[in-house]
Amino acid sequence: MAETNGDNLLEVRDLVTAFDTDAGQVVAVDGVSFPVRRGRTLGIVGESGCGKSVTAMSIMRVLPQPMGKILAGEIAFDDKNLATLDAGEMRTIRGNRISMIFQEPMTALNPVHRIGKQISEVLLQHNDLSGVEAWEKSIEMLDKVGIPSPEIRVTEYPHQLSGGMRQRVVIAIALACGPELVIADEPTTALDVTIQAQILQLINDLQSELNMAMILITHDLGVIAETCDEVCVMYAGRIVERASAKEVFANPRHAYTQGLLNSIPRLDGIPKSELNIIEGMVPALSELKPGCRFAPRSGREHAPELLTERPPIKEISPGHWVEDCPVCTK
Amino acid sequence: MMNNGEPILATKDLRMYYPVKGGIFRRAVAACKAVDGVSLTIQPGETLGLVGESGCGKSTFGKTIARLYEPTGGSIKFEGNELAGLSRRQLKPFRREIQMIFQDPYESLNPRHTVGAIVEEPFVIHQMGTRAERRQWVAELLDKVGLHESAAQRFPFEFSGGQRQRIGIARALALKPRLLICDEPVSALDVSIQSQILNLLMELQRDLGLSYLFISHDLAVVKHISDRIAIMYLGKIVELGDSREIYKNPRHPYTKALLSAIPVPDPTHVPDRQILEGDVPSPIDPPPGCAFAPRCPVKASAECETRVPELVEVEPGYWLSNCDCCEIKNSP
Repeated sequence: MAETNGDNLLEVRDLVTAFDTDAGQVVAVDGVSFPVRRGRTLGIVGESGCGKSVTAMSIMRVLPQPMGKILAGEIAFDDKNLATLDAGEMRTIRGNRISMIFQEPMTALNPVHRIGKQISEVLLQHNDLSGVEAWEKSIEMLDKVGIPSPEIRVTEYPHQLSGGMRQRVVIAIALACGPELVIADEPTTALDVTIQAQILQLINDLQSELNMAMILITHDLGVIAETCDEVCVMYAGRIVERASAKEVFANPRHAYTQGLLNSIPRLDGIPKSELNIIEGMVPALSELKPGCRFAPRSGREHAPELLTERPPIKEISPGHWVEDCPVCTK
Repeated sequence: MMNNGEPILATKDLRMYYPVKGGIFRRAVAACKAVDGVSLTIQPGETLGLVGESGCGKSTFGKTIARLYEPTGGSIKFEGNELAGLSRRQLKPFRREIQMIFQDPYESLNPRHTVGAIVEEPFVIHQMGTRAERRQWVAELLDKVGLHESAAQRFPFEFSGGQRQRIGIARALALKPRLLICDEPVSALDVSIQSQILNLLMELQRDLGLSYLFISHDLAVVKHISDRIAIMYLGKIVELGDSREIYKNPRHPYTKALLSAIPVPDPTHVPDRQILEGDVPSPIDPPPGCAFAPRCPVKASAECETRVPELVEVEPGYWLSNCDCCEIKNSP
């Protein structure tokens, strides 16, 4: 039965998402489970191609059609299973109760419509408002996301705004209907550090003000450390480790998490020293093995059965889950 | 690695303005001052990090000293030889000495050429060696950057981002340059691959005695690889000095804000953050006086909006914008 319990706003259970390609079906998300708690931030971290964005698109049900499909699993949201919800009902949730902030603010906005029209559109879709009321509310939202002189900006087009301003508009659209869950997919990756600091601060402030839950997808461990309560580390379509942010950084147990944390240059590191590396590269989706997928890069010998059997997910301490490959998990 | 001996590269008051065209005759109606009076030096075997937000002129500076652009004014001296104003033919011998590595390994390699042809091209242009010799050199170069020599027969699309960046590095190293301009070489790569490429660059520097101008917006990467760092804002250097010194004790308010904005990968770290308001102003119409004044959290005096501060050497080897907003350490 698709139902969330207690504190959990959303529960993803054994989600499998695949794409049909010319070379056959490839599984991009392979049995992923995690809860999202009300009002909290869950981070999903991993390198490109590990399935972070596909997980987000599955929850939002915006997979590229007709190639992308959810093959198995549940996405429980209240008493609904988003994985199988019909398109019409999904439309009443998307943009309203669950919304998304995208990476590239220029492509997320429509270049030929005024900012005000793009915010109003979401408001009119989900609320019983007049055009004038929606326009007024758009100005209010622009003000809320810290855009100076919102009554002028509301009439402008995206190209008239800077990158940071555009991302604020994207956030205004995402938050217009007061969603319970926001999925932010690399929201600051295209921005400079100074602008990133502004946007992260804004997201943090609005989140506590509006009491939203958030899924933050990023490859930047610094951003994760700063904003997330809980972290999922993804590798090759699977979650290899999930725990509170403090626990993941202080006590990483999977070899991939350890490798990631060790390979980033640190401000307090020794200059010009050799950096730790993870050998090799992320495997292509078409070449994934059923067993421990980090094995070829771990630099540790794996017995043959570990490469053919999927390692179980184990709770090794309260709230700390690891894909329990006996070689990669320490 | 301070200012001892002859620098490999020295720029003086280097300026690069792009014309902004307008009107029906597309005449230049304004100038975009991408690089506006930059003076700095790079010592042999040194890495100079160049840091700033997008649109501050970092890449233009790199391309100008590689003479991909004709500078508007000022001087570029490579081992004492003036490069500004030279013709294409006069530049050719210097092209071998200064090479570039680009950000996007997907766009900087010709997709229709084999990797062998890409890496061999510099030898062909400079008419060096016989075919057999060149093939031998290509194999050596590929080996040096950690690729198998069989890569020479394959095409760029067959390689991942990290491997393509290695191909770009092999091509840049072909003519045994003395100075490499690395323009965001790891920004497009995943973190696990990024560290592989940084290690390779550091190893090549040790083995070959290369000098690097390392351009990046990632301050942790720059700190790791650089001996000295220059902070650029709107076409000008505002602070320049020893890398450790700048990170430990930044003095310009822009450097402070930039450094404090870096997210630290440690959840127990409480950021003491200086959040800057607004964006970088347009270099076509920069603010009068100090370009940073509209965003400056200090703004010490009314003079900020009228006087253009200059970069001065406040201590041996440490250069700082001479405005009242900077903290000048009292001499002991």
